[in-house]
Amino acid sequence: MSTGKALLDAKTLAETRQARFAARDRVNKIALALSFAAMAFGVFWLVWILWETLRLGVSGLSLSIFTQMTPAPGDEGGLLNAIAGSLVMVGIATFIGTPIGIMAGIYLAEYNPRGWLSSVVRFVNDILLSAPSIVIGLFVYALVVARFQSYSGLAGALALSLITIPVVIRTTENMLQLVPPGLREAAYALGTPKWKVILAITLRAARAGVVTGVLLAVARIAGETAPLLFTALNNQFWSSDLTSPMASLPVTIFKFAMNIDPNLQKLAWAGVFLITVAVLALNIFARILTRSKN
Amino acid sequence: MVATVATQAPRAKIAVKDLNFYYGKFHALKSINLDIPENKVTAFIGPSGCGKSTLLRTFNRMFELYPEQRAEGTIALDGENLLTSKQDVALIRAKVGMVFQKPTPFPMSIYDNIAFGVKLFENLNASDMDERVEWALRKAALWTEVKDKLNQSGSSLSGGQQQRLCIARGIAIKPEVLLLDEPCSALDPISTAKVEELIAELKNDYTVVIVTHNMQQAARCSDYTAYMYLGDLVEFGATEDLFFKPKRKETEDYITGRFG
Repeated sequence: MSTGKALLDAKTLAETRQARFAARDRVNKIALALSFAAMAFGVFWLVWILWETLRLGVSGLSLSIFTQMTPAPGDEGGLLNAIAGSLVMVGIATFIGTPIGIMAGIYLAEYNPRGWLSSVVRFVNDILLSAPSIVIGLFVYALVVARFQSYSGLAGALALSLITIPVVIRTTENMLQLVPPGLREAAYALGTPKWKVILAITLRAARAGVVTGVLLAVARIAGETAPLLFTALNNQFWSSDLTSPMASLPVTIFKFAMNIDPNLQKLAWAGVFLITVAVLALNIFARILTRSKN
Repeated sequence: MVATVATQAPRAKIAVKDLNFYYGKFHALKSINLDIPENKVTAFIGPSGCGKSTLLRTFNRMFELYPEQRAEGTIALDGENLLTSKQDVALIRAKVGMVFQKPTPFPMSIYDNIAFGVKLFENLNASDMDERVEWALRKAALWTEVKDKLNQSGSSLSGGQQQRLCIARGIAIKPEVLLLDEPCSALDPISTAKVEELIAELKNDYTVVIVTHNMQQAARCSDYTAYMYLGDLVEFGATEDLFFKPKRKETEDYITGRFG
């Protein structure tokens, strides 16, 4: 069955090599061009969005944004109550969601990695992770707002925390799984009790990743609008009462952007600018954290 | 001299009787009987998968971390069966320390790496703790290299230094037995020589059991050697005897390199 090509002479071999190399080189160049085009397509829109946000956002920025309340149409004003409301609700949501998420992540990674309960929790968590945020808003509406007959900042924070929890669970579990098993064994070999191995060794070894997960969760909920629409609703005035409707940046942007008053539209852009910069800063900070760890 | 060491068997620190070990359904150790002599270095040699690490990991019940693994039989530490002991496993591990193949510095400072284990079992004030940390680091021949950077992270050290840090961490809690699971396989020859010198020092105070792939290492630093194959203990005796006049043909084939 031999074609006589099994062993080529030196000259033919050199020519064949050259031809094969040239073919590979062509394929490589095409693949490179295609992936570059795909990358450029993605970056183009991202840069455009950022550019427009910055351009229109900066023009709407002024000191009064941070000192005055949201105005009624036709009035002058700022975004102070919306900024404060966002900070309060995101803060409370993080405060509720982080410990629950981290503890659940610890359970999945350290206490019962292969049990049926963990499989169920993981599955449900994945669903929650990809659930549209408006569903979570509706759920909290039915559970809290309808029952207490009042929109409230607390209901908004609760909805946001329900978005935080699955993100934190997932990253905590993944980061704990990345801790080398040898490190755990070494800690147990010293006679360390399990809770201390987790707290002092594994969680500590994974802390940069876990903190990154929390930061990304914060970045995610900072821009969420849907879960707040019918939980915290909105408030044109300053409110520090968690049981009454509370303003937030995303909902204020939503309302103002649809208004015909150009002044309100300008404020909406300023709000978009603030959220974008905050989320960008959180993401960059998270990146720095993971990099300094490696 | 050599002959008297071998015949005058010293007291057994760990007495293994009829030990069987299973990974799920796989029978990994088959009726092992073995006495680990006190204040001596005992080496386990044998080809990969022969069960030497498995045997070592029964001595501090490390296998219990994995639910599908189980051991049956007797492992008596000073007469008390470890496998059925009512003692908390943490207290057993305080007596039986272990150092692993890969260096495993904890994510904390060099000082805290040593102090971590001590704090689990003792309530020392700051100056006593300083003294203990220095003592352990000196014992592990690491003190002069790290004494000016005790607050630096343990993972900033070189591989050989990390391994000596792990040995220091193990002896800081003053165990009676030290288990070494291929402690030099990730180290360069110079670090290996330092760890081997250390092992020779350690046997004055501890009973040392070392698993090694390196037969020269077993010959150099152990007093007793056990040759294992496919879950069986083939031959156990004084290192000189096992290497120079092995009783079993299989042992001879392995140590002369005709097999393994």
